[in-house]
Amino acid sequence: MDVQHPFSDETTELPDPTEMPDIKVGAMAASKPYVAPCTIQEALNYPGELVENWQEKAVAKLGDLVGRYRSLKVFLDSCVKCGACTDKCHYFLGTGDPKNMPVARQDLLRKVYRRNFTLAGKYAPWLVGAVDLTEEVLDDWYTYFHQCSQCRRCSVFCPYGIDTAEISMAAREIMDHIGKGQKYSNEIIGKVFKIGNNLGLPPKALKATLEGLEEEIEEETGAPVKLPLDEQGADILLVTPSADFFASPHMEGLIGYAKVFHAAGAKWTLSSHASEAANFAMFIGSYETMREISLRIRKAAMDLGVKRIIFGECGHAWRVAYSFMNTLAGPFDFLDPKYPVPQHILEFTEEQIANGTVKLDKSKNDHMTLTFHDSCNVARASRMGPKPGGQFDIPRAVIKASVNNYHDMADETIKEKTFCCGGGGGLLTDELLDLRKKGAMPRMRALKEVEVNHGVTHMAAICAICKAQFSKVLPEYGFDREAIVSVHQLVSNAIILDKPNEAEAD
Amino acid sequence: MLTMIYAALFYAATAILLAGVGYRIWQYASTPAPLKIPTTPAPITTTGVAFRMAREVLVFESLFKSNKWIWAFGIVFHGALAVVLLRHFRYFQQPVWSVIGLVQPFGVYAGFAMVAGLAGLWARRIVVPRIRYISGPSDHLMLALLVAIGVSGLTLKFVARTDIVAVKAFFLGLMRLSIQPLPADPFLLIHLGLVAALMIVFPYSKLLHAPGVFFSPTRNQADNPRERRHLSKWAAKLEANRAEGA
Repeated sequence: MDVQHPFSDETTELPDPTEMPDIKVGAMAASKPYVAPCTIQEALNYPGELVENWQEKAVAKLGDLVGRYRSLKVFLDSCVKCGACTDKCHYFLGTGDPKNMPVARQDLLRKVYRRNFTLAGKYAPWLVGAVDLTEEVLDDWYTYFHQCSQCRRCSVFCPYGIDTAEISMAAREIMDHIGKGQKYSNEIIGKVFKIGNNLGLPPKALKATLEGLEEEIEEETGAPVKLPLDEQGADILLVTPSADFFASPHMEGLIGYAKVFHAAGAKWTLSSHASEAANFAMFIGSYETMREISLRIRKAAMDLGVKRIIFGECGHAWRVAYSFMNTLAGPFDFLDPKYPVPQHILEFTEEQIANGTVKLDKSKNDHMTLTFHDSCNVARASRMGPKPGGQFDIPRAVIKASVNNYHDMADETIKEKTFCCGGGGGLLTDELLDLRKKGAMPRMRALKEVEVNHGVTHMAAICAICKAQFSKVLPEYGFDREAIVSVHQLVSNAIILDKPNEAEAD
Repeated sequence: MLTMIYAALFYAATAILLAGVGYRIWQYASTPAPLKIPTTPAPITTTGVAFRMAREVLVFESLFKSNKWIWAFGIVFHGALAVVLLRHFRYFQQPVWSVIGLVQPFGVYAGFAMVAGLAGLWARRIVVPRIRYISGPSDHLMLALLVAIGVSGLTLKFVARTDIVAVKAFFLGLMRLSIQPLPADPFLLIHLGLVAALMIVFPYSKLLHAPGVFFSPTRNQADNPRERRHLSKWAAKLEANRAEGA
């Protein structure tokens, strides 16, 4: 067009991250993850393949779960189909598939619940949309309960607080019990039990990796920053996602934690027994497995004789740690009662910055303009610090202490309304790449807006899954794959470390 | 004969409503909530939770965040319904409380507002494609039932009036276990029949959202998992087989 837009030199109008798509029935019906093979299923004590009387078994398991989880019972009963959640899921916004509307996703389970456990569903199924569990329904379960990243965005907007994450966890647990598990999550859980972490990185390799990092840091900064493993008598046990040991930008974050501990003079250690913060058992809704993985951390803390436990940057891991670990593996009365159990690395770093033990030179990050992606599980299922909302303020405080240039994305896409990266909840697997890319759309649009209007060059995150997902999908939306950074990477760049020779010169 | 049928209907409807909702509340209260799952940021104290719940129940806080249209129609309907219910208290008390007396003139406007709110909600079910997609027969039927109750009630007030003194005598009689004759006006019989139907379906339908919201763990839990260990009964049983020295 020739005519200049009157506001063109102020801001550019870009696609709205929350824009409603047209409904496309069945658009994502073909998107499903690989089914777990026999060996993976049986390692977790689930049937190796679909059992013969699976309908009966599934309904029985549903009844069991409804009796054990108030959330599930209340959520299945209370929905009035008001529509408040219908435009809130990033997978719906990105795909237009109506079964990705939270209420429609819940209804896949609800209609079977109604048929088997409610009066109306038993005698007037047509009236309340109750159906029997058929092969077709099971197929829909497998497809669409693996298009939910359990990010809880819908639960913020529901007038009854119905959380689709609870429903999809229950559905996945039912499917595991009848022999239709998801390969990606179940294989990873198996590795945690067998080797100690999601990646299957054995202690020796871990040791070598950490030593390599120590050399690298010393070469670069001259400071003898250590990354201790299994060090008896350390004060702090750091539990971090295993992606921090090899992936990028995760590893840059790990280097940041190490530098902060070094500057603070803290005695800390990693554990080879609990070399994984992630707890994928949450994704498959298994309380028992989630508990067993959490108990590994308790055991490591006891064996090493530490006083406190700190978690590295990981979204759902922080949810399990903050919200569930005391329940699953507590009480932690053997630790120092001065500190909350567990703590987040950002709580620690923020305190060090506030009391001056960690000093930062912001200009070291002047080549970047930052924004922050609130990770869903941190934002809507946990807290940092003493006040509600600390999970939003503390990461931003640490970033702003480390950089000069910062700009938040649009309000309806951050904090409690943040959009999932598109890869959470056990969906970070290659066969779901199409879904992951589409699910990232709202976040990518929000990022585009601050890039164009505010010159943002990089987005910081505090979740291993977010970081891996964005590394993969950023290029699909025309961004640099290295535009995603760890928050502690920014700290790492800016931190001022005393070099031993300088200290002597003083 | 008609009087006896309606008397029996209301006794039965009241019993089903009370027993049914009571049973649901007992079910919700006795089902464990094994994990702390408040949607955060959440209050960290019980008092804070009470305020959050009050905002949720009285002003539909979450719905307001979600969608201003649904919120507006929803709050008009529920608010008006509350006033209309208060207005109807006079049929069940002698003497009538002064508060109920004060509500009377507003109750008439509320009757119209209630029907208008329902019409708005219903229109969205038909007009907005994504809400049309999630609406089933029971969702339309429930709206039809509520609209019919409202319209038949307004008809009794403005078009085909009935002997409300006799109606009051009938309900006071029901409460005192002495059956009094009910006027045989068609709109009155329709109005009362539909109300009884609503009372009967309440415990078996999505109207359970009313008691349900109070038991929703994402709304009624305090955010204090690090400070206080939360352990449900069935989860505590797993502790028994925890083999460790400490």
